[in-house]
Amino acid sequence: MIPIDVIEKTAGTLMDKAAIEIPDDYLTGLQHAAETEDGDLSSFVLQAMLENYKAAKEDRRAMCGDTGCPRWYVKMGNETQIEGGPVALESALRRATAQATDGVPLRPNRVHPLWRTDHNNNVGIGAPEIEYGYEPGGEWIDLITVHKGGLFGTDYRMLFPSDGIEGIKRFYLDSLVAFGKRGLACQPAIIGIGLGGSKDTCMVLGKRAACLRVVGSENPDPKIAALEREFKDLGNSIGMGAMGFVGKNMVVDCNIEVGYCHTGGMQMSVHAFCLSSRRAVARVYADGRVEYRTDPDWFTPYQRRETVEWPGSAQEAAE
Amino acid sequence: MTKPREIRLSTTPTPEALAELRLGDIVYLDGLLYTAREGVYKRALEEQANIPMELPGESAANFHCSPAAAIRSDGSFDMGAVTATASFRFAKWLPEWMEKTGARLIIGKGGMSSKDYKEYFVPNGAIYLSTVGYGTGALLGRGIEKVEAVHWRDELGLAQAMWVIRCKKMGPFIVASDLDGNCLFERENAKIVQNLDRVYEGTRPATLKRYGETDDRSDEVIG
Repeated sequence: MIPIDVIEKTAGTLMDKAAIEIPDDYLTGLQHAAETEDGDLSSFVLQAMLENYKAAKEDRRAMCGDTGCPRWYVKMGNETQIEGGPVALESALRRATAQATDGVPLRPNRVHPLWRTDHNNNVGIGAPEIEYGYEPGGEWIDLITVHKGGLFGTDYRMLFPSDGIEGIKRFYLDSLVAFGKRGLACQPAIIGIGLGGSKDTCMVLGKRAACLRVVGSENPDPKIAALEREFKDLGNSIGMGAMGFVGKNMVVDCNIEVGYCHTGGMQMSVHAFCLSSRRAVARVYADGRVEYRTDPDWFTPYQRRETVEWPGSAQEAAE
Repeated sequence: MTKPREIRLSTTPTPEALAELRLGDIVYLDGLLYTAREGVYKRALEEQANIPMELPGESAANFHCSPAAAIRSDGSFDMGAVTATASFRFAKWLPEWMEKTGARLIIGKGGMSSKDYKEYFVPNGAIYLSTVGYGTGALLGRGIEKVEAVHWRDELGLAQAMWVIRCKKMGPFIVASDLDGNCLFERENAKIVQNLDRVYEGTRPATLKRYGETDDRSDEVIG
């Protein structure tokens, strides 16, 4: 059984890390972008961002004043039990979110959509979001926090099979240019694309592709991986850079995730994670051990399975 | 590649100092600035509440910002990072605000349109400074000497309250409009749009249109 006090303490540390420490994979990607950038203003912006990451770590202050909308992705092994059960888990994550908002401090971004009520702690109706995933084996829990910005850089469109790859490219470019102008998307960013599913799951896939896959990762389908590379290059050929200034870096990496959809449709979503790609991950074990990392490793073969049975489970059942 | 000019500027700048600034200059600020966005604008302009500062005497610098900050139990302020929020959403209130408060520096994210600049920035002798990134929250946080006050925090909450910040070499900011109303972002967009037809080659418009959709790639989107 996973001790609940370790979960809460770890969640607090993750909130802090996500807000302050730029993940290594993204930092490496941005350093590469800074080396290749030749636009005067875009280049200045990227250098300033690299200095900013350093300042944030040195001072232990948030990288960006807009600390985004904290949310949680939780994954568990099939044998995992949590002390106090799922309600205790959700309470612990809500407490950690509220405490870190005051402690780091973070910006209390979350308000009621109509009454604009602000609890000053990033907690409220449906906030923070907590989403779940499961894996076949083991007794462990992965706590992943993502603090994505909440206003610009994301869009959805219902495309159809007749739109083809040409239509997908069009909507991709439309999204990058529309939100890239004046730098509203805070590019260069990790771009996540969701293809298929339903409208809601398509959005979820794209967001997870942006926030839960690291720079340099590839979709296991080689043809989709080739599209990811092509789309990264396409985005960087627009001629737009940081803040919408003339430049050659819009996309630090492009990640595509797919889900089976209606036979008549081809849903598409585009999500831009920002220059402060805030994510932090830890695995907690039943003996109280905690391992921190920055790769959520969300999209495992199990998460992308296509078949009715999971081969591992079928084999266990047969034995 | 040329390196942009770096300039120190007061938050109560003289007209001469503003006239010196060119699009793309990098600015660092000294003096008092205050945050004001939709919450403050609504309260001051629509509800006619008395603005709790002497403007522009104390400050002529309006920052479109909500800080990542907390108020400690002893009443002191802990301000970590500060970055701007997108300004175009405040065009509705800005003309009246600038007239009422004499703001000369509007600081935010993404700028306004050249139409906004020409219509009410130029007559008010004001320019727009954009934050960099976005956002260099930690670097800007280092430029805060002191939080002087937080007005209307009970009425508006921490994110929308009017934070009064004493800053010392706070920056970097980029000059995004000048006293003639020229717009840095539109200048850049005009260069980028020349390349877009080539980039869009090999794509096709969606089978199902969106009502009101445009294919005008020079569309500034905001405003």
